[in-house]
Amino acid sequence: MSFAKQLIAPQRPPPPAPRPWTISRFAGLSLMAIWILVAIGVILFLTAEWDPEKVAKYAPKYFSGLGVTLTLVSISIILGAIASVPVALGRMSNNPLLSMPAFFYVYFFRGTPLIAQLFLIYYGLGEFRHALDSIGLWGFFREPWNCAILAFTLNTAAYQAEILRGALQSVPRGQHEGAKALGLSRFHTYWKVIIPQALIVALRPYGNEIILMIKGSAIVAIITVFDLFGETRRAYSRTFDFQAYIWAAIFYLIIVEGLRNLWNAMEKRLTRHLKR
Amino acid sequence: MEQTFILLSFGPDGWGDEIAFGVLVTIGLAFATLPLGLIAGFFLSLAKQSDEKTLRMAAEVYTTIFRGLPELLTLFLVYYGLQIGIRQLLLALGIETTFEINSFLAGMIALGVVFSAFCSEVFLSAFRAIPAGQYEAGSALGLNRFQTMFNIILPQLIRIALPGLGNLWMILLKETALVSVIGLPDILRQAGIAARVSKEAFLFYGIACLLFLALALLSSIMINRIERHVERSGIRV
Repeated sequence: MSFAKQLIAPQRPPPPAPRPWTISRFAGLSLMAIWILVAIGVILFLTAEWDPEKVAKYAPKYFSGLGVTLTLVSISIILGAIASVPVALGRMSNNPLLSMPAFFYVYFFRGTPLIAQLFLIYYGLGEFRHALDSIGLWGFFREPWNCAILAFTLNTAAYQAEILRGALQSVPRGQHEGAKALGLSRFHTYWKVIIPQALIVALRPYGNEIILMIKGSAIVAIITVFDLFGETRRAYSRTFDFQAYIWAAIFYLIIVEGLRNLWNAMEKRLTRHLKR
Repeated sequence: MEQTFILLSFGPDGWGDEIAFGVLVTIGLAFATLPLGLIAGFFLSLAKQSDEKTLRMAAEVYTTIFRGLPELLTLFLVYYGLQIGIRQLLLALGIETTFEINSFLAGMIALGVVFSAFCSEVFLSAFRAIPAGQYEAGSALGLNRFQTMFNIILPQLIRIALPGLGNLWMILLKETALVSVIGLPDILRQAGIAARVSKEAFLFYGIACLLFLALALLSSIMINRIERHVERSGIRV
């Protein structure tokens, strides 16, 4: 009887087969190469055109523009959040006298472009100068800044009302019934039971709305509010230097991406009790 | 009141015909952008679910950039960037011209690029809703990859993606108003010219808003109809 006296020595695994050159691999590598070339091109362009004089002149303006953008968006988001509560309640009301106006308000502001609303308020209300003057409001509507705040607040209130309504209606009815069974008052039902659950649902849409407002706020540059985009346009019209727009793009990308990541982290933290 | 009717009439004294032309331009721009954005968005969503890491990364970079930039800035980057770029290119070839890009074309490219970035996300989530069994059934029937994609996956994909695409269409329609800033004679620009000449800004900007509202209403009716049409099979997805 014969048997193996010696085990085969352990061997290294065979080398991995070379990855085939598929179309998608070729496309991926070439597209990535294009992006890297674009990035290098932008960096080279920005360093070649780096002019300390221009930077000293325009960098503070860009930062003040950034501040204007962020102030404008925060004020309108907060005022819009306050204004959205009655609109959302109106939308949910069974009384058509309340729900119809709320419906038309939301439909109008969500169905028309923000830029058209801004023009309607800034240029359109200017026509009623005498009427506004007589009630002492002309000073308010003369300033493009106030008109921008008003237009953005009205616009975001419509969007936020829909977010709020969707979130409140996403809370199951059993929660209302449970709170009632516990003998909680209407106020406590909302404050302690419904709103905490609704706000978790609303968190992501609210984040998207803030990002949309930051992006949308660029249009105030057209009615001569010098936000980040307004400063960019001013710098470009004075220097005819294309890097003005590239710097604005970098600024906007940093804000939006930063906010998006911040929001993701916040959502992850706030919903950690829902993880299974 | 009579004054208002004269201002809105289709005649030499009225602005009706100019604004009607603006409506056509707005609709034309939106319809010209749509196929561009849909096709680019479809390929982007394919790239995002590819096995190739580089391809996925390239698509993600594209989406991050064009989702993060304000549409107005994208428009200006395309409008001025293409003009300067092509002028420099021609200069390098020894041709000196004053090349000017059409605002319609610039608007189409910029809005199409933004649309495709958002559209790829809609398609991607629709792809994820299609079970792997559909692909397996395709290969079990002996269909090749393209046949599986076009005959089995795509019809279901469009049905699932339709609500998301409808939303994107509404956004696109509203974004066309931005192109008026670089001089495209759309609804908003025509209304603005009328407002400046006639000094009836509230009337004309109000009309522009109502026209956009009418377009949105019309679109939502059409989208509903299309949705009902594709759901006639009775299969709920």
